[in-house]
Amino acid sequence: MEPLIVFDHVCKFYQMGEETVRAADEISFTIGKGEFVAIVGRSGSGKSTCMNIIGCLDVPTSGKYLLQGRDVGQMDKNELAETRNHLLGFIFQQYNLLPKLSVMENVEVPLMYAGVPKAERRRRAEEVLEKVGLADKKRHRPNQLSGGQQQRVSIARALAGDPAVILADEPTGALDSRTSRDVLAMLQQLHREGRTVVLITHDNSIAITAPRIIRLEDGKVVYDGPARGKGALVTHEEVAV
Amino acid sequence: MKLSESFAMAVRSILSSKMRTFLTMLGIIIGIASVMVIVGLGNGMQNYMEEMFQSMGTNTLTVSLFGRGSNRSAGEEEMYEIVAENSQYLSQVSPTVSIQGAVKIGAETSDYTSVTGVSEDYFHMMGYTVSQGRGLQYIDVEKRLNVCVVGEYVNHTYYDGNAVGQLIRIGSQQYAIVGVMTQESDTLEERTTDDSVFLPYSSAAARLEGGEPTSYLVTLTDERYAAQGKAAVEDALYDIYGSDSAYYVMSMTEILDLMTDMLNVMITILAAIAAISLVVGGIGIMNIMLVSVTERTREIGIRKALGAKERTILLQFVIEAATTSAIGGVIGIAVGYGLSSLATMLVVALLETSMAVTPSADSIAMAFGVSAAIGVLFGYLPAKKAAQLNPIDALRYE
Ligand SMILES: Nc1ncnc2c1ncn2[C@@H]1O[C@H](COP(=O)(O)OP(=O)(O)OP(=O)(O)O)[C@@H](O)[C@H]1O
Ligand SMILES: [Mg+2]
Repeated sequence: MEPLIVFDHVCKFYQMGEETVRAADEISFTIGKGEFVAIVGRSGSGKSTCMNIIGCLDVPTSGKYLLQGRDVGQMDKNELAETRNHLLGFIFQQYNLLPKLSVMENVEVPLMYAGVPKAERRRRAEEVLEKVGLADKKRHRPNQLSGGQQQRVSIARALAGDPAVILADEPTGALDSRTSRDVLAMLQQLHREGRTVVLITHDNSIAITAPRIIRLEDGKVVYDGPARGKGALVTHEEVAV
Repeated sequence: MKLSESFAMAVRSILSSKMRTFLTMLGIIIGIASVMVIVGLGNGMQNYMEEMFQSMGTNTLTVSLFGRGSNRSAGEEEMYEIVAENSQYLSQVSPTVSIQGAVKIGAETSDYTSVTGVSEDYFHMMGYTVSQGRGLQYIDVEKRLNVCVVGEYVNHTYYDGNAVGQLIRIGSQQYAIVGVMTQESDTLEERTTDDSVFLPYSSAAARLEGGEPTSYLVTLTDERYAAQGKAAVEDALYDIYGSDSAYYVMSMTEILDLMTDMLNVMITILAAIAAISLVVGGIGIMNIMLVSVTERTREIGIRKALGAKERTILLQFVIEAATTSAIGGVIGIAVGYGLSSLATMLVVALLETSMAVTPSADSIAMAFGVSAAIGVLFGYLPAKKAAQLNPIDALRYE
C-alpha cells in the first residue's frame, strides 16, 4: 500500500509556565492510501493534536511529517493553505459552518479558494449535497438545520474539493446514536470509494467498525492494529471523559 | 479567487450589519461632506469675486499720480504718449477727474450723484453706450465746453426721461445735458453707475487746484497683459519722476489674483481642518474592523482550514474596510451636495447676493478617492491581524 501520511517521531510540546505539556510525544505511524483509521484514547491523550498536525493546521515541535511524500515541515504558509485546500477535507465536531452563508455557499467555500469558476462550483456543490441527501436544503442557513443535517453539510463541504484525505475529529460527538450511525455510514461509503479516512472518536461502537485503530495515551501510541486486537478498545472509555 | 468575488463577499458582510456599518461610516460621511461644502464655499466666493471684478473691468489699469518726492510732473500728454508707445499691451487712456460738490437740478439737490470728468474715449473703454442724444466728443474736451452726459437714473428721476437739452448745476457751474447713458444696472437705483454725470475732463480739471488730472484709466489690449501693461506704465513713470513713490498703478487682475490666492490659502486651511474628521473617521473604521476581526476569529479559522491563504484573508478585510469607507464617501458626497444647496439658499437669503456654493467635480472625485484610500489605510492593520491568525488558535476561539 502506498504510504500517504507518515509520522516520524512527531512531537508537539506546549510550555505552560514551568511545565512542558507533551501533547504528542515521539509519535510514529504510517497511514496508507485508502485506509480507514480510527484514533482513540482518553481525553487529553493528544488525539486532536495529532489530527491538527495531519491536517496541516499545526506544525510539529520536532519530528517529521510527510504527506504524499512531501515534508510538511518545509512548506511555507501558502503551501500549507494550498495543501489544506487540495488534499484535505475537514469534518469538525462543532460542524464549523459559516452562519451567514447558505448551505450551498458553505459547500462552495473550499472551491472558491481553489479558484474554481462559479458555474463549476455550483455544479460540484450540488453534486455533493445530493450525495449527502441535502439537495433540497441548499438555500437554507445552517441554523435552520438539525445537528445531523449540519454535519452532513460539513461532510459535503469536506468532499467538495475531492480531497485525498478526510479528517474527522469527533464528527458524531454532538449527535444522537441514530444520526451518528448515518454519519458513520457516510464515512464508510467514502472509504469504499477509495478515500483515506482518519477518524477520532470516543464511541467504541463506532471505533470497532474501523479496520485499524491507533490508541494514544499521554501523547504516545500505545496500540496500533486491528480493532479486534487486545488493548485496541477499552470499555467505558467515555466515562473517563 | 477573483477580485469581483472578494468584493461581493465584502458587500454581503457589510450589509449583514447595517447599523454598525452606518455608524462606522459616519466619520467619513461628515468629513467628506464638510470638505465638500468648504471647498464649494471657496469656489462660490471665488466666482462671486471674479464676477464682481469683471463688472469693474479686469482689463483696466488705474493710474494715480501724486508727484510726491519729485519736482517733475507728468500730465495728460505724457500719459497719452506712454499708452501710444506700449500699444502692444495698452490700448486707450482717459483721465478720470472726480468732482465733489452738490448736483442741483432746478431746486432739487441730488446728494449721491457722482460727477466724473473723462475723455471722449471713456465710454468706449468702459463699454458704455448712449441711449439718447450724443456722447462726449473731442471738441467738447478741446474747447472745455460745459456739456455733460447723465446716467439713466438722473434722467429718469429728475427729467422724466427727457434730460437731453436741459441744464444741470454742478457746484457753481451750469452744464448742458447732451446725452443720456444706456441703463447699466438691472434696476434703477441711487449710487449706481446710472446715478452719475460725465463731463469733459478738461472742464472738470479747470475746477481743480493744479488744473491737471491726477488719475487715469488705461485699458489693456488683453486681460492677460495686466502685469506687462502695469510694468510698462510704471517704468515710463519712473523715468519721468525718478521716484517710485510719485505714482501708483493698480491692476484689477492683480488684485483679483491676490485675493484669490488669499482665499485659496484660507479654504485650504479650512478644508485641512475638516479633513481631520476624515482621519477620525478612518480611526473609527480601524476600531470597528479590529472588533470585527476578533468577533470573526472563528470564521477566519474555518476559512483558513478550508484553504484560504493569508493574502486572501487580508484582501477580504481590506476590501471590506475600503468598501465601507467608499460607501461612506458616496453618502458624504450626497450629503455635501445637499448642504451646499442649503448653504447657497442661506447665503442668497441672508446676504442678498447671488453667490452659489458649488462643489467642483475635482473635489468630488478626490473625496471619493480619499475615502477609499482611508479605508485601505486604516483597514490594513486589522486585516493584517486577521490574516496572520494561527488557524488552529482561530478555530479554537470561542
Ligand atoms: N494550545 C495549547 N496550549 C497548551 N496545551 C495544549 C494546547 N492544546 C492542547 N494542549 C494540551 O495537550 C494535550 C492534548 O490535547 P488534545 O486536544 O490533543 O487532546 P484530545 O485527545 O483531543 O482530548 P479530547 O478527547 O478531550 O478532545 C492536553 O493535555 C491539552 O491540555
Ligand atoms: Mg480533541
